[in-house]
Amino acid sequence: MRLRINLLRLAVIVAAVLLVELLVRVGTISRVMLIPPSEMVLALFRLLASGRMTRDIALTLRNVGIALTFAIVLGFAGGVAVHALPRLRSILDPLFASYYAVPIFVFYPLFIVISGMGSLPLIIMGFLSAVIAMVINTLNGLDRVPAVFRKTGRVLQMGRFETVCLIILPAAAAHIFTGLKLAVAYAFIGVIAAEFILSGGGIGYEISFTYFAFDNNTMYALILLILVLVTAINMGLYAWERRVQTRVGRR
Amino acid sequence: MRTRRADGLILIGGLLLAWQAVFMLYGDLVITPPLETSRYAAHLLAQAFFWPHLEATAKAFAAGLAIASIGGLSLGLALGFHRLSGEVFEPILTALYSIPKVTLYPVILLIFGLGMSAKIAFGTIHGIVPVIIFTMDAVRNTKPVYLKVGRLFHLSVPSMARTILIPAALPEIFTGLRVGFSLTLIGTLIGEMFASLQGLGFLLMRAIGLYDVKMIMAITLLLVVFASGVNTVLLAIDRRLHHRTV
Repeated sequence: MRLRINLLRLAVIVAAVLLVELLVRVGTISRVMLIPPSEMVLALFRLLASGRMTRDIALTLRNVGIALTFAIVLGFAGGVAVHALPRLRSILDPLFASYYAVPIFVFYPLFIVISGMGSLPLIIMGFLSAVIAMVINTLNGLDRVPAVFRKTGRVLQMGRFETVCLIILPAAAAHIFTGLKLAVAYAFIGVIAAEFILSGGGIGYEISFTYFAFDNNTMYALILLILVLVTAINMGLYAWERRVQTRVGRR
Repeated sequence: MRTRRADGLILIGGLLLAWQAVFMLYGDLVITPPLETSRYAAHLLAQAFFWPHLEATAKAFAAGLAIASIGGLSLGLALGFHRLSGEVFEPILTALYSIPKVTLYPVILLIFGLGMSAKIAFGTIHGIVPVIIFTMDAVRNTKPVYLKVGRLFHLSVPSMARTILIPAALPEIFTGLRVGFSLTLIGTLIGEMFASLQGLGFLLMRAIGLYDVKMIMAITLLLVVFASGVNTVLLAIDRRLHHRTV
C-alpha cells in the first residue's frame, strides 16, 4: 500500500513536469513566460559549474544558517522560560496567536534604517520569522510531557540538565520537530523575501535582478535551486524525525 | 475573563512602551513614536489620495481570499473524501506550503502581467494551501459513524457534504480559513510591493524609496492593527466553534 502510494505520487509529479515540458515545447505556453523544466535543470548545472553564483548562494545560506541557529536556540530557551512562568505566558498568548497574521516584512525597512544595508537586517528578518514558531511548538511540546515522567526524574534524583536532556526533550520531540521544520521554512522565507525587497546580494536578490534583466534561464535555474534546497532540507528533517520517533517508540 | 482582558492590556501597554523606548534610543530619523504615528495614520485616512490605494488593496485581497477559500474548500473536500488522492497529494502540499513563494513572483508576473490579476494570484497562492490542508484533515477526521448514517439515508454526495461533512468538519475548516486569511493578506501586500502602482504595498515600497519614515510607520501601524484585530476576532470565533463540538 505504502509503495503504491509513493509510486502514484511519483507518477503525478513526473506527469506534471512532462506536461509543462510538452506545453512549452509545443508553444502553448510562451517561452517568454516559462522555459521547459529540462532546460531549467541544465541551466542550473551550468550555473553551479560556472561558479558565477557561488558567492550569492553562500551568502544566503550563511544568513539563513545564522538566523536559524539563533531562532532555534533562543526559541527553545524562550519556550522553556515562558512555560515556567504561567502568568507571563497568559500575557504573551495573544501575541503568539496573532504573530503570523501580521506581515512582519513591513518592519524590514525599519531594520535597514537601524542597522544599515547588509547582512544584519536580513538575518533579523529570518530570525523574526522563525523564532516564534519555535517558541510556540516548544510550549506545545512541554505541555504534553506527562507529569509522571517528571516525577520519575525526581525519583531518580536527576539534575536539571539531565531531566531536560533525558526526559523532557525526547517526550516533547514530536512538537519540537514540528517547530524545527517550520523554523527552517520560515527562516528561508524571511531571508529570501527580504533579499527580494531590498538588498545587495543573495539568491533572492539575483532572482529579482535576472528577472529585470530578462535572463529567464538564470532566473529559473535559481528558482529551481531554492525549491530543491528547501524541499531537500525538509525531507531530511522528516526522515530524521521518523528515526527519532521510532527510537522513542511513538511509531 | 477579567484577568484575560487585563493581560491583553498589559501586552498592548508593554508593546507601546517598547516602541517608545526604541524611539528614545534611535530618534526620529529611524522611527516615529506611537502617538505621532497614530496621529499621522489618522491624518492619512482623512486624505483623498489615500483611499484609492486602500481600495485597490482591499479589492485584490478580497478577490484573492475568495479564490483561496472557495478553491481551497473544494479541493480540500475532494482530497478528504477520496482517501487515496489525499495520501498521494498530502506531502506535495506540505512541500508547497514550505517553499518561499516570493521566489515564484517572477513566474506569476510573466504569466499574469503587471497589475491587479498578478496581485490576486499572489494572494491566492499564499492562502490556498493551508485551506486545502486543514479542510482535507478535517474531512478525514470526521467520525465514520456520521458518514454511515448518511449512507443509510442514501444521501447524494452534495447533500452528504452539506448536511454531514461540513458541519462536522466546520471548526477545523474555520481554522484553515483563518490561517488562509492571514497568508492571503501577506501575499497580496508582497505582490503590491513588487509590481503595482497602487495599493498599500506600493505606498510602503515608495515610502522606503523616499525614506519617508512617517509614512512607513503609519502604514505599518494600520496594517498591524488591521491584521491582528481581524485575527483576534476570528480566533475568538474559532475557539467557540471548537468548544461547541467537544
